[in-house]
Amino acid sequence: MDKKNQKRTTRNAKQKTASKKAVSTKIKRPAVDTPVEKARLQVNKTYKLYINGKFPRTESARYYNILGADGSMIANMCRASRKDFREAVLAARKAQLSWSNASAYLRGQILYRIAEMLEGRADQFAAELCATGASKSAAAKEVTAAIDCLVYYAGWTDKYQQIFSSVNPVASSHFNFSILEPMGVISVLCAPKSSLLGFISDVAPLIAGGNTLVALASESAPLSAISLAEVLHSSDVPAGVVNILTGYRAELVEQFASHMDVNAVVYNGDDTEEIKLIEEQAAANIKRVIIRRQGAKPGPYQISQAQEVKTTWHPIGN
Amino acid sequence: MGRSAQERLLKSPLPDYITRVDQVGVEERVARLCSRSIKKSSKIQALKLILSQIDLTTLEGQDTPGKVGQLCQKAMRLHGAWPDIPHVAAVCVYPMMVTVAKKALGESGINVASVATAFPSGMAPMHIKLDEIKMAVGEGADEIDMVISRGNFLQGEYRAVFDEIAMCKEACGNAHLKVILETGELGALDRVRHASTLAMHAGADFIKTSTGKIQPAATLPVTLVMLQAIRDYFYETGRMVGMKPAGGISKAKLAIQYLVMLRETLGDAWLCPDWFRFGASSLANDVLMQIQKQHTGIYQSEDYFSKD
Repeated sequence: MDKKNQKRTTRNAKQKTASKKAVSTKIKRPAVDTPVEKARLQVNKTYKLYINGKFPRTESARYYNILGADGSMIANMCRASRKDFREAVLAARKAQLSWSNASAYLRGQILYRIAEMLEGRADQFAAELCATGASKSAAAKEVTAAIDCLVYYAGWTDKYQQIFSSVNPVASSHFNFSILEPMGVISVLCAPKSSLLGFISDVAPLIAGGNTLVALASESAPLSAISLAEVLHSSDVPAGVVNILTGYRAELVEQFASHMDVNAVVYNGDDTEEIKLIEEQAAANIKRVIIRRQGAKPGPYQISQAQEVKTTWHPIGN
Repeated sequence: MGRSAQERLLKSPLPDYITRVDQVGVEERVARLCSRSIKKSSKIQALKLILSQIDLTTLEGQDTPGKVGQLCQKAMRLHGAWPDIPHVAAVCVYPMMVTVAKKALGESGINVASVATAFPSGMAPMHIKLDEIKMAVGEGADEIDMVISRGNFLQGEYRAVFDEIAMCKEACGNAHLKVILETGELGALDRVRHASTLAMHAGADFIKTSTGKIQPAATLPVTLVMLQAIRDYFYETGRMVGMKPAGGISKAKLAIQYLVMLRETLGDAWLCPDWFRFGASSLANDVLMQIQKQHTGIYQSEDYFSKD
């Protein structure tokens, strides 16, 4: 065996020297088809939407530019249309029943899995944050905070029900209790400057509570959100539970508020005109309007905010 | 059809030609027709036409008189909020439910269609199939949806299939006969075309793609082939035959594509409930939601439309 291996290595060595010679002779000859050493062609990522567990381009075939901190173009971003939004709501509705019926334990496991996957790709996310202007240390800090935020809500999935549910004293022979149920399909307008942490702080408590959602990433900084779709995709999050669109907020805000099959709309920002529009449009099917002027600080109330309370009167003896 | 006429039909020779179908051509034609854009007022018109062409269907083992009664109410008043939309063409049920449906529909002008001939398999002796048809017609069914014996057809016993359809047609009396080819079990488009021709020569008033119990059910290419068969039969004999795609058509957009195909293949004469039907259980609600979307500009939710 040893002899054989030795033979092989010597043969390989010979071949290597031979090929080196061949290269050196080639370089001397100035032929037209000589392979000249060029800078490697860049392989850039095509950022797409995330709908129903797939990565489609926008059906409208419209795009807009994302600029880096230095003003150079980083990427072409899909400018989603209302039809993309409609498809995303269909997907979220389809996923809603099974996601809200999934056990709290499973939802926690899946949230934790997202954190695990994000941990493995922390460098990529930090680089993307740097490209849009964050300092290196700030970017690293934000990614860590985002991962911790996911783990935090993973822990809450099987606990918030105990905190917010109650047995209520009533003056009749009934056993009266209140429990939380997810609102259903939620449309989320992320903060204009929402980064990775902002996006996760919005989305994690909603899915922890069994909602499915369609989120419109920040218009100027959508890179982290849409890259996060790749993480979600590989984290056992069922298709349609989280759908992510990119595009012009002004164009989509009315759709996000008016769609009859959306049960609640989460708005991040403080534009009074937009808030008025959302509240008016949401009235058609009395959908819940959740306005967040200061973003979402982690806490169990972020979960309970997107829950309906169901109270049951159960007759008992006497 | 009198007795002698019937005997004549039974002894009549089978159509002696078999038209071959260019599958690639059919698919290209379908793709081309599906790229048409139907918007605004023409879309609303198409949607209303679709509503009037629906055979609202319930063919489940779990059907009860209560459920059929509810379906009939839905058939008469698709959406309470709008009195000016058309009602559906027919309600399609099992023979056991014909009486219930007939009573519930009353004088509304909606037909009762009954499946028969051991639907969906067609695996029963001939006399039982004929008795089933006679029973359904006797209870008041206006239309009969029969299935052909696919086993016989695939074995090449075309005479048997032809005679079976002819005998069922006779048993129908004045009721309209729709012949279900169950194209999902026939396989190639050539056979679909052949079966369509056989059924029409044997006296079918309508040809229908599927029972809805087998996948694939109605598809656009299969329907196009059947429409072409109807057109050629019309050129040959001058008799109009209706078309009913059934199974798997649950979205308004798809239904509009069927209408485009119908209009381009057979022309305006077929664009009415008398000559074209959709066999569907959940299409109506999607069409209603689309009409509402056209009026309000807002995407709709199933929550606000009665279940069907």
